[in-house]
Amino acid sequence: MGILEVKGVRKTFGGVIANSDISLSVPEGKIIGLIGPNGSGKTTLFNSIVGYHPIDGGSIRFLAREISRLRVPQIARLGLIRTFQQTRIYGKMTCLQNMQISVPQTQQRWRLVMNKIPAEDTERAEGLLEFVGLYAKRHLFAGDLSFGQQKLLEFAMALMIQPKMLLLDEPTAGINPTLINALISRLRRVNTELGITLLVIEHNMRVIMDLAEYIYCLAHGELLAEGKPETIQNDQRVIDAYLGAH
Amino acid sequence: MSTPIKRALFYASVVLLALAAPLLAPAFKTQMAFLWVMIVFALSWDILGGQMGYNSFGNILFFGVGMYACAVVQRDSGLDYFPALYVGMVTGAMVAVGFAAVLGSGMLGLRGHYFAIGTLGLGIAAGEFASGWDYIGAGSGLLTPLFPGEIGGRETFFYYLMFAIAAITFPVLRWLYAGRFGLTINAIRDDEDKAEAMGIHTTLYKTAAWCTSAFFLGLTGAVVGNMIGFIDPRDVAFTGATYGVWMILMAILGGKGTLWGPVIGAVVFHVTQQLFWTYLLGWQRVALGLLIVIIVVFFPLGILGWARERWPERFGHKVQQDLKPVHGGK
Repeated sequence: MGILEVKGVRKTFGGVIANSDISLSVPEGKIIGLIGPNGSGKTTLFNSIVGYHPIDGGSIRFLAREISRLRVPQIARLGLIRTFQQTRIYGKMTCLQNMQISVPQTQQRWRLVMNKIPAEDTERAEGLLEFVGLYAKRHLFAGDLSFGQQKLLEFAMALMIQPKMLLLDEPTAGINPTLINALISRLRRVNTELGITLLVIEHNMRVIMDLAEYIYCLAHGELLAEGKPETIQNDQRVIDAYLGAH
Repeated sequence: MSTPIKRALFYASVVLLALAAPLLAPAFKTQMAFLWVMIVFALSWDILGGQMGYNSFGNILFFGVGMYACAVVQRDSGLDYFPALYVGMVTGAMVAVGFAAVLGSGMLGLRGHYFAIGTLGLGIAAGEFASGWDYIGAGSGLLTPLFPGEIGGRETFFYYLMFAIAAITFPVLRWLYAGRFGLTINAIRDDEDKAEAMGIHTTLYKTAAWCTSAFFLGLTGAVVGNMIGFIDPRDVAFTGATYGVWMILMAILGGKGTLWGPVIGAVVFHVTQQLFWTYLLGWQRVALGLLIVIIVVFFPLGILGWARERWPERFGHKVQQDLKPVHGGK
């Protein structure tokens, strides 16, 4: 039984079937990939998992708990955090403030709401900014960073919250090729050193084949194929889907 | 001199000046008391409007509610003047907070323009409601009890009372903005969906922010009702078209989303307004309208917002990255 179990999920927008009978399982501590051509329903599936919209059928279980009826912040507080394809950061706050606010929202924290930011939070925030290479920019407004840097900041914010699992929506899109390698190694370190399970949407085939241990491929809202990277790479249906044979 | 000492001296001189003001300019006590009212208006509006990015056009509701609640306590409690006033002020603030808590759970689900329009309805509805409710005097209004002291004592008393409220509001907000509360409502302003996705209790924080705003407005309403001495539902209590708009204007004029902006805005606005009344009588509304247009066109970020854009370094914002060696580098 995986940390995240998606069973028979269906989501429609009016007449458009965005997801139909999608099932996938993410074992704890692994890096799992999710690929598929544009419009195949990957982001919709992410949105369904994190509670952004209600699903029309099926079940989503995180840590053996049904979460398909919970709201976004409730799911986030369970330790399931997503990042966005178009980065979302707090633009008029400094990078450090962006980090300081991204702490686990536990009961105890709520009681401390009126307090100043504890020094250990600031230290951890600076450590993580260093980890993604943004330490020198910690006092700049997050909105003034480049798109790639914002992406790294968003990643650091997600780590700051100490999640059990991260859903990353195209983490390397918009990041320059040299930084991509650094990012891949950081994703691996996060997975092995911090034990965070990753589910990654990615269009860059080199990245995902290198990173993921198991890959699910969506096309036209359906699960087209699944398997190890080698299997997926050689699957004729996957190649056809990407080249538009459908 | 180091910064904390400079700051302490600055605050001390402001407090001294405020305490001495009624002695220095005894003829202007009421106008000066209203200056503190304006400062509390602007500060309390800015909690939502500036720091949290929720433009409320209905905050006047809490002002009017506090005013009525206090007056009812004064009328019905049977206590002496001062105990009744103080109990009334606390009641007024609490009832206003209650309104904010109840309304907040519904209204704060609205975003952007929808929230603005929704709250605009609140103040108007409250005015209509109050002018139809006999228990609080309906359309003919409500008189507050006569001040018992000697002649002239009334103005002095209310000046210091209003100053006390402003002198509490400012440090409380300063303290709130410095901690996690401030960061959280700023995060909601910048990207509420992201804040939700990060597990922040957005509804709780938003409601708490509105309650804080309502608390200070309720207190102020209670005092202003007594300063004026007569509560008219539309012209004194739920004055959406004057106080309700001014509080927004003052916060924007000074620079919304900053601590000092609303204070500066309130002072500039109140002084100009008094000057218009004195020297441009008959044209004062036109001049005020012109001032509004000028603010919006030339200072969309407000006085402090404009200064911060120009000299970001002086406000502690860096535009260049640190090139000094990284401390504790891995």
